Amino acid sequence: MNSDLQTIEKHISQEYKYGFVTDIAQETIPAGLDEQVVRLISAKKNEPEWMTRWRLKAYRNWIKMTEPTWAKVKYSPIDYQAISYYSAPIKDSKKLKSLDEVDPEILRTYEKLGIPLEEQKWLAGVAVDAVFDSVSVATTFKEQLNKHGVIFCPFSEAVQKHPELIKKYLGSVVPYTDNFFAALNSAVFSDGSFVYIPKGVRCPMELSTYFRINAANTGQFERTLIIADEGSYVSYLEGCTAPMRDENQLHAAVVELIAHKDATIKYSTVQNWYPGDPKTGKGGIFNFVTKRGICKGDNSKISWTQVETGSAITWKYPSVILKGDHSIGEFYSVALTNNYQQADTGTKMIHIGKNTKSTIISKGISAGYGQNTYRGSVKIMKGAENARNYSQCDSLLIGDKCGAHTFPYIDVRNPTARMEHEASTSTIGEDQLFYSNQRGISTEDAISMIVNGFCKEVFKELPMEFAVEAQKLMEVSLEGSVG
Amino acid sequence: MLEIKNLHVSVEGKPILKGINLTVNAGELHAIMGPNGSGKTTLAQVIAGRDMYEVTDGEIIFDGKNLLKMTPEARALEGVFMSFQYPVVIPGVNITYFLKTAVNAMRKHKGLEELDAIDFLTFIKEKMRLVRMDESYLSRSVNDGFSGGEKKRNEILQMLVLEPRMSVLDETDSGLDIDAVRIVANGLNNFRSKERGFLVITHYQRILGYIDPDYVHVLKNGRIIKSGGKNLALELEEKGYSWLVEEQPIEA
Repeated sequence: MNSDLQTIEKHISQEYKYGFVTDIAQETIPAGLDEQVVRLISAKKNEPEWMTRWRLKAYRNWIKMTEPTWAKVKYSPIDYQAISYYSAPIKDSKKLKSLDEVDPEILRTYEKLGIPLEEQKWLAGVAVDAVFDSVSVATTFKEQLNKHGVIFCPFSEAVQKHPELIKKYLGSVVPYTDNFFAALNSAVFSDGSFVYIPKGVRCPMELSTYFRINAANTGQFERTLIIADEGSYVSYLEGCTAPMRDENQLHAAVVELIAHKDATIKYSTVQNWYPGDPKTGKGGIFNFVTKRGICKGDNSKISWTQVETGSAITWKYPSVILKGDHSIGEFYSVALTNNYQQADTGTKMIHIGKNTKSTIISKGISAGYGQNTYRGSVKIMKGAENARNYSQCDSLLIGDKCGAHTFPYIDVRNPTARMEHEASTSTIGEDQLFYSNQRGISTEDAISMIVNGFCKEVFKELPMEFAVEAQKLMEVSLEGSVG
Repeated sequence: MLEIKNLHVSVEGKPILKGINLTVNAGELHAIMGPNGSGKTTLAQVIAGRDMYEVTDGEIIFDGKNLLKMTPEARALEGVFMSFQYPVVIPGVNITYFLKTAVNAMRKHKGLEELDAIDFLTFIKEKMRLVRMDESYLSRSVNDGFSGGEKKRNEILQMLVLEPRMSVLDETDSGLDIDAVRIVANGLNNFRSKERGFLVITHYQRILGYIDPDYVHVLKNGRIIKSGGKNLALELEEKGYSWLVEEQPIEA
């Protein structure tokens, strides 16, 4: 048995392969945060006065707030004055007109990450916005999207070109008063993606943002806003990686989704930030993210799918406010913690409209010394007649030094609600591995087979190319992880 | 083909096998019978390479190679198969995928090209007919929700699919009704050949009526206390095991 576990351990400790640093001239402002810094960021982005004021309000609110401590994660205190809040490749001071103007070093970086930015090289069905540290460096397929009236651009560009939409929707789902990290993001966010799908349009391709942290001692604070107007449909994906560094780096993003009547937003994440040193737990990204969507109109639908394999600490709860009647909220999650990683993740489903329906499928995998917590809340408000929720939380333990924890909160204020909750905990058994070995299947293949079988219900929600990617990622992340 | 010499095995310091000597040549089928707790399953598991058993003395040679030095998967790839007395459930892992992975691992080991999904399906469906398994099995998870009989038939199916040279069947007949015993025995008989060796561990004589063993051995208290032809099985059926106690154990 021990020899089996050792073999597994060996497999699970494969190295993080996105840990390289791009050597490029970057402008990084000095560390520290005060009103001046907020104004400076706003000025760098040439923002209108209303935007600057909004940021300042958020900042003033943030300094009065305290960092939340309720999550089941442990980390040494973050010194918010030791972080630089803005870093950008120097060339970007002027607006890029084409890919030829992007620093070839950055293009090579994305190439290395498997995300070629040249349109002809990329899968025909996916448009990409690439965010490098604090700025968006390239957006592909813009023209084709324009034909359909779809707006897909860096957030900072949307502030300039579509102020009416930003003013109307920014902070409408996640107000800057929402929580500590959302307030911080609202004050200092640098860039991100903006999407608007007009009435009745089915977005002709997958939209995707690829986030890359490169600079050291820099926080990444991006902001994503997606608006699906009546009867529209959009599928959006985000991917993330970062170099290996000994210091922890803060990533505090905010994502807001708005689905109008009969609209559907499908949001998928494959998160693979640097998880820290596998042996010591040193370094890695602190991933403190606020993601929330509102099903504003009747018959609208928001579906979150996340595959969380990276980060030293993950703190995120992609949620749905089900306001419209007959609206649907979904949350499909795979969270893997290996070595010294910690994750406290889950969702909130808030049922306000009648006949609203939510589904929660959470799969937590713990290996090494990993700690994995599911934290979810389902609220059925008074007026939510005939609301339905189905929750399923499964945990898979690999080895005997890791942990899995489940905190489901349920608050029902309408007697017509129907709630179902299922939970299970399983381990990869030595007998399962022996059985597979006896059929000539290596321990490594057996583990990845079992893990993928465990995650199947979630992976099938991902767009196909990403499902394959996610499977591979699980293998890499698990390599060497069973102890 | 398979030579077991003076094999001593302990579990947690307690001796279970106390000097087993047994040679299975290609083309032969040996049956091992014996009361509960005699060490039958231990013998099967040690051949397959389960590491909770400690081999304190002796050796197992397979085709001139020291089996005890090999990992379980290396033994499997060399052509040693064990049908489990209690097949293991692997929820969420599709049986087709599982078997295809196993078959391709074998093919790769033999330097053959891997089968693609379509070729594999054709191949496995043909084998399934031999053990009368319905195609709906292909969409299920490994042994998940299988009845006892289905699990055992699934073991035989895997043997047919993996085409091992040495098969160790650990109580494959237990828990089967008479029709299922016949199906399993049929599958086994069709698979027998000059190149293959078999070790059939059973508690009952019943299945031996269908598979015609070349040799029958009686295992008791970790020793083979009697060996003979197939008539020995009939004798055991009639008289039980207790009369053998009186006889002198065959010295290791």
